[in-house]
Amino acid sequence: MDYKDYYKILDVKRDATQDEIKRAYRKLARKYHPDISKASDAATRFKEVNEANEVLKDPKKRKAYDRLGSNWQSGQEFRPPPDWGTASDFGGSFNTGGAGAFSDFFETLFGQARQGGAGRGRTFSMRGEDQQAKVVIGIEDAYHGTTQTLTLQKPQAGPGGQVHMREQRLDVKIPKGIRPGQRIRLASQGAPGHGDAPAGDLYLEVAFRPHPYYRVEGANLYVDLPVAPWEAVLGAKVNIPTPDGMVTLTIPPDSKQGSKLRLKGRGLPSKDKGDLYAVLNIALPPAKTEVEKALYEQMAQEMDFNPRAHLGV
Amino acid sequence: MKRKNEMVSITTGVVIDEEFGLSLVELCRRFAVQRDWIVALVEEGILDPAGPAPNEWQFSGESCWRVSVVLRLERDLDVNLSGAAVVLDLLEEVEKLRQRLGS
Repeated sequence: MDYKDYYKILDVKRDATQDEIKRAYRKLARKYHPDISKASDAATRFKEVNEANEVLKDPKKRKAYDRLGSNWQSGQEFRPPPDWGTASDFGGSFNTGGAGAFSDFFETLFGQARQGGAGRGRTFSMRGEDQQAKVVIGIEDAYHGTTQTLTLQKPQAGPGGQVHMREQRLDVKIPKGIRPGQRIRLASQGAPGHGDAPAGDLYLEVAFRPHPYYRVEGANLYVDLPVAPWEAVLGAKVNIPTPDGMVTLTIPPDSKQGSKLRLKGRGLPSKDKGDLYAVLNIALPPAKTEVEKALYEQMAQEMDFNPRAHLGV
Repeated sequence: MKRKNEMVSITTGVVIDEEFGLSLVELCRRFAVQRDWIVALVEEGILDPAGPAPNEWQFSGESCWRVSVVLRLERDLDVNLSGAAVVLDLLEEVEKLRQRLGS
């Protein structure tokens, strides 16, 4: 098993006071709390921080940990010294902050006695913890529905009552019309309950992979649509892509830069169907040949156009 | 569902903001919390059940998610109810902004 450098995890010196440890812990617990942090490794970091705090906040455990000496490196192969006491020497119970099982390193040194966490206002319960996970899908998947395979870390109690993390694969149906940020509750797919109590639920947050040209807001889709100046001024029919296939869009005459043209019902197929908006982006035609330059010169002479009128110049 | 020699089991869930109809009693049971505590969450504006009186309240799946977050914030960070309400509001705001940024 790997050695854990608890001082390094909490970013404190080995001679830090108990107050310094408490402050460092609270700061990092807020930073890495999985409900608050969006970092992909937040849950792992949060668990490490809780484990480090569990040892360093308790002078008895801290003293025992310090006895291992300071020559160990994080991640170094570790075996407890032969004179190491039994876990019961440390008495008391601990709670993993719902972060799942602590490391084998912790379990070997301080393990066994444990008790589920009970928050204020909460009566005693052995229902499994709710868990959360994130799944990233493409915009097209939301148009047709998809099945995604998740790999989850689930705590599981071994025969000795020690808790280990186990990998579990889960194939989950993502329904058609899902919007980014929505959550899917998978009943009883969270952490297992204790005894006969039911398992917790798994909340799956759906995110969309960034798309090269679609943006999603709620159930609506936006696409920037480049048009030539004459298409905007004179009107045109242009083909535009939608996740459902190509459609023809009519650009009305005298359209302005940034105008939004709505394709009703072409957004995400949610219960309230979204729309697709084409945002006009007038492209500047380059003038490379003499003929092209002459056209610009003709416009400069014949058109009464001041693009800076709103600046008062 | 059996296909060829391979067992394929696909888990289907509920999209939580489309899920409705949990009573106060059911919500308390699901999270093993006391009625007064849920009432406090409603008074704080963290939960917004449909229905006029506690006995007729109907909670959404979104409420379950919020209860679950508040329980974790209380337990892990000692956040009180008004603090949790602020955190939930800010998280929602951040989520909206992130989506607008497309990240």
